[in-house]
Amino acid sequence: MKNHFKNLSSTLFDSLNEGEVLSASFSGENSQFIRLNQAKVRQTGLVDDFDFGIKLIYDGRTTSGSLTLSGNMENDEIHAISLLATLRNDITQLPEDPYIVMPLGAPSSENMTIGNGLPFENATEAIIPSLGDTDFVGIWASGKIYRGNANSLGQFHWFETDNFALDYSLVTPENQMVKGTFAGKDWNQSTYEQNIQNSLKKLELMNRKPVKVKPGDYRTWFEPAAVSDFLGMFSWNGISEASLQQGSSSFGKMRHDGIQLSPHFSLREDFSSGMVPRFNGYGEVADESRTLINKGQLVQTLVSSRTAAEYGVESNQAESGEYLRAPSMRPGNLTQDKVVETIGDGLFLSNIHYLNWSDNPGGRVTGLTRYACFKVEKGEIVAPIETMRFDDTFYRYFGTELEAVGETTSVLPEVGSYGGRDIGGTICPGILVKSFSLTL
Amino acid sequence: MEKQQLNLHELLGAVHISADWVGLREVYEKVTPRMVRDGVPVANGIYSTHGIMVEVLSDGQFGYFGTSDLTPAGIALASEKAYQQAKLAAKYSLVQFTDEARPAFKGSYQSPFVKNGQSLSAGELNELLLKSNQALKVSDKIVSASSIIQVLETQFKFVSSNGSDITQDFLMIEADLSATAVDGANQQTRTFGGMRGNCKQIGMEYFDSVDLIAQATRIGEQAIELLDATDCPTGEMDVILAPDQMMLQIHESVGHALEVDRILGDERNYAGWSFVKLEDFGSLQYGSEHMNITFDPTVSNEFASYGFDDGGLKAEREYIIKDGKLLRGLGGMESQIRSGVDGVANFRASNWNRAPIDRMANLNLEPGNSTREEMIESVEKGVYMESNRSWSIDDYRNKFQFGCEYGKLIENGKLTKTVKNPNYRGISNPFWNSLKRVGNQDTFGIYGTPNCGKGEPNQVIRVGHASPLCLFENIQVFGGA
Repeated sequence: MKNHFKNLSSTLFDSLNEGEVLSASFSGENSQFIRLNQAKVRQTGLVDDFDFGIKLIYDGRTTSGSLTLSGNMENDEIHAISLLATLRNDITQLPEDPYIVMPLGAPSSENMTIGNGLPFENATEAIIPSLGDTDFVGIWASGKIYRGNANSLGQFHWFETDNFALDYSLVTPENQMVKGTFAGKDWNQSTYEQNIQNSLKKLELMNRKPVKVKPGDYRTWFEPAAVSDFLGMFSWNGISEASLQQGSSSFGKMRHDGIQLSPHFSLREDFSSGMVPRFNGYGEVADESRTLINKGQLVQTLVSSRTAAEYGVESNQAESGEYLRAPSMRPGNLTQDKVVETIGDGLFLSNIHYLNWSDNPGGRVTGLTRYACFKVEKGEIVAPIETMRFDDTFYRYFGTELEAVGETTSVLPEVGSYGGRDIGGTICPGILVKSFSLTL
Repeated sequence: MEKQQLNLHELLGAVHISADWVGLREVYEKVTPRMVRDGVPVANGIYSTHGIMVEVLSDGQFGYFGTSDLTPAGIALASEKAYQQAKLAAKYSLVQFTDEARPAFKGSYQSPFVKNGQSLSAGELNELLLKSNQALKVSDKIVSASSIIQVLETQFKFVSSNGSDITQDFLMIEADLSATAVDGANQQTRTFGGMRGNCKQIGMEYFDSVDLIAQATRIGEQAIELLDATDCPTGEMDVILAPDQMMLQIHESVGHALEVDRILGDERNYAGWSFVKLEDFGSLQYGSEHMNITFDPTVSNEFASYGFDDGGLKAEREYIIKDGKLLRGLGGMESQIRSGVDGVANFRASNWNRAPIDRMANLNLEPGNSTREEMIESVEKGVYMESNRSWSIDDYRNKFQFGCEYGKLIENGKLTKTVKNPNYRGISNPFWNSLKRVGNQDTFGIYGTPNCGKGEPNQVIRVGHASPLCLFENIQVFGGA
């Protein structure tokens, strides 16, 4: 697809009139999806989807467009040229945009990862027999993913990866559940089977009768998957500089009131894993690593070049949406074997669910416990808990109440697929919080 | 930019596999977003997608291939790969289907409109956005103001080997206005119905019927009003919810809970399960006797009206809950076959690249007979809330917590002072049984959302919700941090 994108982009660049600047983007995939329920196939299929986008800049104005590529160059050229003509007609009618980010001519980059995953025709036979008579539910997604960016000034970026993810739940006869993920680029049958066996061991703990806990404040350990969900909230009216400038950020207390998070909490963006491209939609390349919060102190927000132009601040090559692309939280020194003992009396939460800001300026987040969540007494797991709602602020759980951070980090891959399969993931440890508020 | 015209019957003729059933579902969609923020254009574009979902049934298993290669050779190859997927999976099928799951219907649907999507130019729309944006800025304390118009044009065709032949065309508009007011650490945002709730099947005549400038001025003024408002009180009290919040309440605590594929467990790894069980249909008292919920794809201008679902089933109005009693599930033909529960035509896909699953479409609360004044007068102590801004509910669709943009105290039967950060929480079944009064037709509002997420692989789909004003008694209410 790289050459198809390159050639199609070049055709459009060659057709530009004087004063026009054009950037092009590509997002595509060849995917297999197998949806499973009760360890059987509910739905199965393949998707080839290639989206080609262009952004036209002319006379201080800009407009964008996209279309689905067929893979046939002659056909795709006809439609892409037609789209460009439509945008040319529109652009002269638009108001001027004083904050246009002009494309750069360099640098260019190429990052292609070759995977050794399961051929599509082998997937069901590799995955399903190992599940036996378990109540297994989830989604298998695999295949190639492409991202590209080019512009009429000569810049060209290409990112291509080939990976798989089996995102699943195992369920007891009493409807208690544990969550598992098996993801990577090289399939190993025995590692996969071990992953399932490990989850089945966790599921045994869920056979104990769940207990009700009352609303109130609890000493709580969050596993990395839960911490990853908390960090994900920073990408939504949080760490974005534009959100701060526009009065819609939970980081206002840090920026304006000098409030700090815990000295145990440090966060950076780290592209060194290669899970996501370092280039953004403007073609800019981010630093390989960038500290955002250091020992509780906000060092920098995510600043796109458009925000930089609008508010007179310095860009750090963030994506236009100013969301975390490669979050990595620094580990601490609490070893996993000491976690339950250190909780003493409290809660052990593996996963949380359906988070939303209940008070964005206050940093308050509501959500629910889900999957393997346990009551802990005298340093031992007692029983799973029934689902509870929480409502608490990150200024407490990443701030005043953060007692310890786990020694080891986990890689939590993005497994979402709205529109297309996501790439990337979050690297983070678990955290121990002195007090966490359950409400219903 | 013209859509590539296809003859689906010819493409179906290019398929040469020995499957039990083959269907082609073509989707073309053009989205034209335009947005002005703080007096500056931040989005203008034309984004299109075009492809065909080739679906094949073999040995009781459906397999699919979503492709953008729209040539006869491309469709033939896609059908072979879909057929292979079905064959390989059939040994492990959860359900053995026949073509009963894809009933053959012929027909067409055209969403209502007077003025087509091109009747206002890019320049005219930007001018309207700039003026409304200016009107949002009623004070220097409005630090950010956004005006958004999005025009959506969708064409859908479905043909199958057992005789389906369906064409559906949709023209839709989403509009939103938003003003954020800031005073120190106090931040308040007011929008045009919350969560892009103003979305409809309508043409450009929408802008003749809605005075965006007047709405923008009201929204800006209310954002400023909220800055000086006291926090919503905490405690157990009555709440009256406006239709633009009822939209969310119906969606989360009725709609998703009644999707039959959720009840059958398909969604357990993602959005979750349901507190509703198959045996509850026909017996569960879901809410009070004032609760009447319909699945109604026939409401003119509502966002998710249609003639047929994506499995080809003809869509009709049905009572889901009548006088509070649960009658019918939100399950398409596959779920009806699997569960034995009566359902509706709601087997829907987000686009050509996703397989259909059970979704909401238009799910509405029917009007009652209380006037707005009667409802307010009946409350001794409570809060009136408008426009959703926060939503969260558990994986069984039990414990929810919702927040609104704008509230008014109700004291001794009268609306009194404005309150900020109004929130409430509850549990779905007892909450709906606390429904005390339902507003009449005069209080009825039609809303929707373009952002309902569900399914693996993930899909986002458009739904419509219409509701009158509703009064719930003895609800947990609270304010900000």
